[in-house]
Amino acid sequence: MQATLVMFVISLIGFSIQDNLGDPLRELVGQSVSEKERDALRDRMGLNDPFLVQYGRFLSNAVQGDLGNSYFFKKPALEVIARKFPATLELVIGATFIIIFSSVPLGIYSAIKPNSWLTRFILGISIVGISVPVFLTAIFSIYIFSVELGWMPSFGRGETTAPFGWDSGFFNGDGLLHLILPSLSLASIMMPLFIRLIRSEMMEILQMDYIRFAWAKGLYPKRIWFLHAFKNTLLPVITVGGVQVGTMLAYTILTESVFQWPGMGFLFLEAVNRVDTPLIIAYIIVVGLIFVVTNTVVDLLYTWVNPTVKLVGQKS
Amino acid sequence: MALLEVKDLEVEFPLGRITLQAIRKVSFSLEKGERLGIVGESGAGKSVAAFSILNLLSRPGRISGGEILFEGDDISKFDDRQMRSIRGNRISMIFQDPMMTLNPVLTVATQMIECLKAHRKISKKEAWDISVSKLKEVMIPSPEERMESYPHELSGGMRQRVVIAMALLTDPEIIIADEPTTALDVTIQAEIMVLMLDLCKSNNVGLILITHDLAVVSQVTERIMVMYAGRVVEEGGTKEVITNPKHPYTRGLLKALPQENTAGSRLNQIRGTMPSLNALPKGCAFNPRCDFATKECHQVVPKLEGRDGHNTACIHLEKIPSFKSELGNQ
Ligand SMILES: Nc1ncnc2c1ncn2[C@@H]1O[C@H](COP(=O)(O)OP(=O)(O)OP(=O)(O)O)[C@@H](O)[C@H]1O
Ligand SMILES: [Mg+2]
Repeated sequence: MQATLVMFVISLIGFSIQDNLGDPLRELVGQSVSEKERDALRDRMGLNDPFLVQYGRFLSNAVQGDLGNSYFFKKPALEVIARKFPATLELVIGATFIIIFSSVPLGIYSAIKPNSWLTRFILGISIVGISVPVFLTAIFSIYIFSVELGWMPSFGRGETTAPFGWDSGFFNGDGLLHLILPSLSLASIMMPLFIRLIRSEMMEILQMDYIRFAWAKGLYPKRIWFLHAFKNTLLPVITVGGVQVGTMLAYTILTESVFQWPGMGFLFLEAVNRVDTPLIIAYIIVVGLIFVVTNTVVDLLYTWVNPTVKLVGQKS
Repeated sequence: MALLEVKDLEVEFPLGRITLQAIRKVSFSLEKGERLGIVGESGAGKSVAAFSILNLLSRPGRISGGEILFEGDDISKFDDRQMRSIRGNRISMIFQDPMMTLNPVLTVATQMIECLKAHRKISKKEAWDISVSKLKEVMIPSPEERMESYPHELSGGMRQRVVIAMALLTDPEIIIADEPTTALDVTIQAEIMVLMLDLCKSNNVGLILITHDLAVVSQVTERIMVMYAGRVVEEGGTKEVITNPKHPYTRGLLKALPQENTAGSRLNQIRGTMPSLNALPKGCAFNPRCDFATKECHQVVPKLEGRDGHNTACIHLEKIPSFKSELGNQ
């Protein structure tokens, strides 16, 4: 219900910005066509109809999975995006893995040993991480690892295979190698935030009575840190994680364009340059949909970790 | 040799420029199966004394002097691994607020079984069975079902019963209970207290009971220790101290109790409040609140001394009238 509402608002916003993007006809037909012909064409495309009529038409098409045809590709916008979707998804998955497997251990460590030199180092690095913009990180890592050391490819997705029906770089060495730098760059934006979040939440939890009680029970330190404290730390981290999915999607645009990664974000930038309005709107709506879906998943995850909340309708 | 013997314990909290001395030269002992009450107003150092036994002081607290002998070993010098074999195994703790002591995201079963598995080589099934039998002992209805519960699904009284069952899991020699009923509903406080008393008696477990409530102490414990501003001001057999208190502070605490015969009349609170640790008066720390204080009280810290195990830290014992006559005068 809530999700539907969110999607409705997103579609409205997406649709209403199209007027502000410039005249699609200029891109579509070039300079040689006369003003009269242009107007006829606008009429035919429905661009002269009142806003609400246009929006109503858009919405009824949208629910049937039709978000219009891309002006540039002359194909359904959704189909164009769908073909680029796996690349972005894999980039996001790669970055998410890196974020989880680095910020969880580092965050826990820096909470348990707040005064060690390694903790200071981690926190110091993460301040640098927060303040350096992603394209700098990206360009810098390309320079070091691709240009100077020659270990990594500098752009593109590399070889892809399609064992499950979509193009994937996950199942061959070249594809995976291409994935490393882009997902590292993308992860680098979020990592400092999560390290610090996990650290501060964990430090707070470690002060709780139930942790002191766990010590008083004579449990092994590992169990206290990784089960008793960390499971409670997870709750706020999951919440923030859900919100950050949006930020991450936004940053895929930057990362993809630096690494020439053939994903949705790269496509979106091209679409903006070409004023390919249907494609832009379709992108916004797909991203909105991803956001809604991940937040639903996050809610489920939260309920699973935290026994004190139950989803509405579930009996307690 | 006593089972537990605390000798001249000193605890301090270094807080940047100042260092708070929370416990000063506190000594006490506990025999097997004995029950000791520690009373005193808020801030007296009762909890700090209790937590220091298991070396569980909150940061930045540390033991700065004295010994804690458990079966003759000074456990205050134990390393983490040695300490782990004492905590929750030989000496258990019960905290004040059962909602805060049970981990909200783990089931009762998880939290009980892990305690057994931390100290014994035991299968999960065996640990489960022992846990259920302990839940039965604390009279929790349908214990098998309760094992699967999360803390928030239990009432306050049930939670504290679970905590008590956990404390008993490994058949410890000593249970330290820090105000175990304060956070509970008044109506079930007595019930939980009686349960604890029975269990300690039947299992021959020693109990260190920390409380504000002198009435509870007199029902449950055999010996009593009164603390004020980090020191012991009076100690002795519970009955003896309650009926014949010598220190003006102990008397003040007793007079403040609602008495049956004075029902309706206003309570006699001790005037003033406990001084904070960074602003302790010179000499006897109780002197600003004491009716018998003289110039001397501002100069010397009184020693804890007396006869037949009833010791008092006051230099004016001879001058002070007996408690009965003092009560009669009111
Ligand atoms: N973490 C800490 N940091 C600094 N000082 C502390 C800390 N814990 C305790 N203290 C000091 O030790 C003193 C005694 O505290 P303690 O908790 O033992 O009191 P208590 O007798 O248990 O009181 P209550 O009845 O309120 O529980 C406090 O007044 C405080 O000054
Ligand atoms: Mg206390």
